[in-house]
Amino acid sequence: MDSFIALLPDLLKAFWETLQMVGISFFFSIFLGIPLGLFLFITDKGLFWENKALNALGGLLINVVRSTPYVILLVLLLPLTQILIGTTIGPLAASFSLSVAAIAFYARLVQSSLCEVDKGVIEAATAYGATPFQIIKDVLLSEALPGLIRGLTVTGISLVGYSAMAGIVGGGGVGDLAIRFGYYRYETDVMVITVVILIVLVQIVQVLGDAIATKADKK
Amino acid sequence: MVKIENVTVAFHSKEATFKAVNAVNLTIQEGEVFGIVGTSGAGKSTLIRTINLLQKPTSGTIWIDNEDITEYSGKSLRAIRHKIGMIFQHFNLIHTKTVFDNVAFPMVIAGASKEAIARRVPELLDLVGLSDKMHVYPSKLSGGQKQRVGIARALANNPRILLCDEPTSALDLETTNAILELLKDINIKLGITTILITHEMDVIKKICTKVAVMDRGVVVEMGNVYDIFSRPQHPFTQKLVAHTLNLELPSRIFKDVKGSLIKVVYNGDRAEEPILSDAIRTFGVNINVLHGKIEYIDEKPLGVLILNIDADSSKIEQIIDYLKERTASVEVFHG
Repeated sequence: MDSFIALLPDLLKAFWETLQMVGISFFFSIFLGIPLGLFLFITDKGLFWENKALNALGGLLINVVRSTPYVILLVLLLPLTQILIGTTIGPLAASFSLSVAAIAFYARLVQSSLCEVDKGVIEAATAYGATPFQIIKDVLLSEALPGLIRGLTVTGISLVGYSAMAGIVGGGGVGDLAIRFGYYRYETDVMVITVVILIVLVQIVQVLGDAIATKADKK
Repeated sequence: MVKIENVTVAFHSKEATFKAVNAVNLTIQEGEVFGIVGTSGAGKSTLIRTINLLQKPTSGTIWIDNEDITEYSGKSLRAIRHKIGMIFQHFNLIHTKTVFDNVAFPMVIAGASKEAIARRVPELLDLVGLSDKMHVYPSKLSGGQKQRVGIARALANNPRILLCDEPTSALDLETTNAILELLKDINIKLGITTILITHEMDVIKKICTKVAVMDRGVVVEMGNVYDIFSRPQHPFTQKLVAHTLNLELPSRIFKDVKGSLIKVVYNGDRAEEPILSDAIRTFGVNINVLHGKIEYIDEKPLGVLILNIDADSSKIEQIIDYLKERTASVEVFHG
């Protein structure tokens, strides 16, 4: 208990850093991942912006990011991080590579949720003279909403895991704390505490995500 | 008026070109209920989709009210589509929107005002008998109710044309009849030109006034529903009609029966006359009815009877001649 109280300031700081990293990259995965996933979907065969070249290019870009293990992606992006953020250390810097990974990850989930949308409903909207924008807004995003929310839950949870890795190169956060105290200094109780924190965090994201998705699902 | 002029739709694969619709010509008059019937893969679904250009014809012209729309795209295409309603086999409602919002959807698309929508949607739901379901989500509705929502949605922008793509194929018999009745009512009330495709002759019989029969991309026969049913010319049509009139005798009868089996088709004017009892009295023979059915198409009766006459051949011949004079067709198919 004493060690826990002694650790509390460090722990709170680390927790705040984790929240920052996850929060920032979560934000970007929504605002860039959805358009990117949408773009992949509507440039695919048989849809209204069918474009083989652009579709292949977008797919390739995502695959490159997705097939690079996160720790390596993190290191690869360090120079770019330096240019964009001005530093490679701290949660803000780590958020950059986390965002890149999360956007690519979520874009694929968005694409696959959109693929689940009944083609008949898209056809009906087309038959009534809807513009592509109206189809995207009122049919695609509306019909895929439960899937999009479930995808966000998965992305959020993956981000918690990734953010722990970002700790290794100076991102800070709960993962960083676990490695410094729990691994290098053999303080197993710190390790346990951080793991419990991560479990609670993941649980909260999961329960919240499921609740919202169930509410949105009218099927 | 809708005119399909020499329309062909070809699909290309690596090996071959497949013509789903092959040089089809159809004219559908204002206010008509026009049926297109054929087995699956006959190209009827592709054909109906050329009317609102969901499927662009490879060649040929689509005329709507003497306006060639074949090359329309973008804004002009969307504008013409606002005036063509469509309903689908699987209803295609937006699951995440309420019945109200589904019906309002075409109006929102067309840029109608909130007030206009708030006025029109309850009217439409009243028309299809779903006023109490206004704020329910589609998943809570039965198949028939979903199709009613589909119909209300299709009528939202006061279209002059209603396309029906197998509207009852996913429904049970009772619901099918209710939906067909609703479509007929709407046709009479609003005078909307209705084009319907189906693989069931029964559906055609119940609501259409004119029918085109499609087989492998080609319209093989076309005319008034009553004429097609009473005198199918093309072998494919004969098969379709025979299937719905469905007069099949158990094979045992062919073995046991004495004399001839004759199939008699009555048409409108005479189906109500006592032709058979007249024949019995005139020729003094026994005529036994083995199978029979009288249908009412377009409110005109159409009867098919399978008769067994046991007499010597010359007399049978006389009876056949007698019947031929008074009925639509007589066919000896046994003995």
